[in-house]
Amino acid sequence: MGLLTKKDAALIKDPLFDNNPITVQVLGICSALAITAKLEAAIVMAISVMFVLALGNVVISLMRNIIPSKIRIIVQLVVAAALVIIVDLVLKAYAYNLSKTLSVFVGLIITNCIIMGRFEAFALANSPWRSFLDGLGNAAGYGIILVIVAFFRELLGTGDLLGLGQKFMGHPLLGNPIPGEMSGLYALGYENNGFMLLSPMALIVLGIVIWVQRSKNPKLKED
Amino acid sequence: MSLKNKLHELKLKYQGTKTEPLFNAFHTFLYTPNEVTHSGSSIRVVDDLKRTMNTVIMALVPVLIFSMFNAGYQHFLALGEIKKVSGGFFSPEFWSFSNFSVGFVKIIPLVIVSYLVGLGVEFLFAMKKGHEVEEGYLVTGMLVPLIVPVDIPLWMLAIAVIFGVVIGKEVFGGTGMNILNPALTIRAFLFFAYPTWMTGDKVWVNGLVERAKDANLDAISGETILGSLAAGKEYMYSVKEMFYGFIPGSVGETSTLLILLAALFLIFSKIGSWRIMLSAVIGALFMGFIFNQIAPSLEGTKFYNLMAMPYWEHLLLGGFAFGVVFMATDPVTASQTTKGKWIYGFFIGLMSIMIRVFNPAYPEGVMLAILLMNVFAPTIDHIIVGGNIKRRKNRLKTA
Repeated sequence: MGLLTKKDAALIKDPLFDNNPITVQVLGICSALAITAKLEAAIVMAISVMFVLALGNVVISLMRNIIPSKIRIIVQLVVAAALVIIVDLVLKAYAYNLSKTLSVFVGLIITNCIIMGRFEAFALANSPWRSFLDGLGNAAGYGIILVIVAFFRELLGTGDLLGLGQKFMGHPLLGNPIPGEMSGLYALGYENNGFMLLSPMALIVLGIVIWVQRSKNPKLKED
Repeated sequence: MSLKNKLHELKLKYQGTKTEPLFNAFHTFLYTPNEVTHSGSSIRVVDDLKRTMNTVIMALVPVLIFSMFNAGYQHFLALGEIKKVSGGFFSPEFWSFSNFSVGFVKIIPLVIVSYLVGLGVEFLFAMKKGHEVEEGYLVTGMLVPLIVPVDIPLWMLAIAVIFGVVIGKEVFGGTGMNILNPALTIRAFLFFAYPTWMTGDKVWVNGLVERAKDANLDAISGETILGSLAAGKEYMYSVKEMFYGFIPGSVGETSTLLILLAALFLIFSKIGSWRIMLSAVIGALFMGFIFNQIAPSLEGTKFYNLMAMPYWEHLLLGGFAFGVVFMATDPVTASQTTKGKWIYGFFIGLMSIMIRVFNPAYPEGVMLAILLMNVFAPTIDHIIVGGNIKRRKNRLKTA
């Protein structure tokens, strides 16, 4: 990357793997459990958080020298809330159905621990460009886990992904589950796993992701 | 050369390799291990974990054999080929070879899948971690086929076993460290993942799901008693049939009589805790009795049928007896303190009946009740032990 210095690139790369906000810092778990039943919702959520976090980091960073430290939390909340309202309105205008699926969770981005955490820990002490990169990196780290969890939950829970199967084949990706015209895996006796759609399973899938990551990544080994 | 020597030789040969636990496991399964303590001396009791497990399995064998006869009996009854049992427990209509053969063919695969998959996972983890294979799965593997519906597809059982052993046990550190009863974790997974195979009126009788796809749908029904009560229907089984176990239900849970005998066996061999069993029964009777008292004022509501059922009949129905005798007494997940056992058991009984009555979608309240109390068992113990420490401190002060 000629565009970024090594130090800047680390801002994006670190939160993706070694210092992932969800699996390593265990922040932002609530929304990871709530909206990962569908891949589409998870992707939109990841993009929304990226927007709020990257822009919010820049705004906070620009103001970092004029915010009185006593009221900094309130200022951070105002910035986050303003950005979340923009996201919410855009979703309502251009993706109404999706915004209904995500319901309160778009509004609850404000309370996402990752956002306040990055504002407080990074943006208040770094330049706007670095803060922007940090926001992108952390939101991407959050998004990647969301997408992984949602991928397994939707595929195993409904047999479809992003509605692709329904759109192009007229039935879920794994086959047609309707009795009488079964095909694919369903013809072999396969059935969707309803547990995958319940949020306890999101916690378990997330746990397995953390398990795999910790056992593969030597930097995360604990004694 | 005797088998024992041969095994010992194999064990030495594979020492230090990855497959070592495999040979060790077979060796210890068949013979007392020839290992001695490395330092100092210690006394070994004969009654190690393996013996404990084997005793529970011995208690389960009659239940397993009965369940094979019952699977065949329910199968032919649903087909209309035989009449209902009219005599006592040893009626020839029930104990016929044709009944047994149907059940045998159906249930043995469940047992094989349960053991193969479960032990396979255990071996994998033992090899990975480099420790001995633990005996923990011996009992779980026998319990699992007994608590699922007879018609459950084998691949579902396999997935559930993998889930139960890995998430329910191995992630906590293996046998002895688990918080939840692995067998019930497996059943709970099936229950929430594939509800159409775990509830309803078709899955409890061999082949009913297949036959239900044919034309005469209404002609056949294999509902459990709890299922039909929750749906507000009458059931047509006598108390005697419930007690003997000639009713549809999960594979091995139906016969309260045999489970009672197994309970006595476990109590006298000092394997199962009588405190837990007794307090669970008291809890269930207590809750059932309260429901009986308030039932008349709720006539016409959806709870009425289950509430008005005589309180002692709850003990005969569903998986209550099986769960209390074989699952609640699991020494790993139950409370360890004497007082704690009373509390733990009492709440299992109470919650089972409460879930059963208030949520007809979950007729198997006993499964959820035991899992819930499994989670609370350490807390109960903590409070009891804390209380003991406090009392002794006070005694020291006054003395």
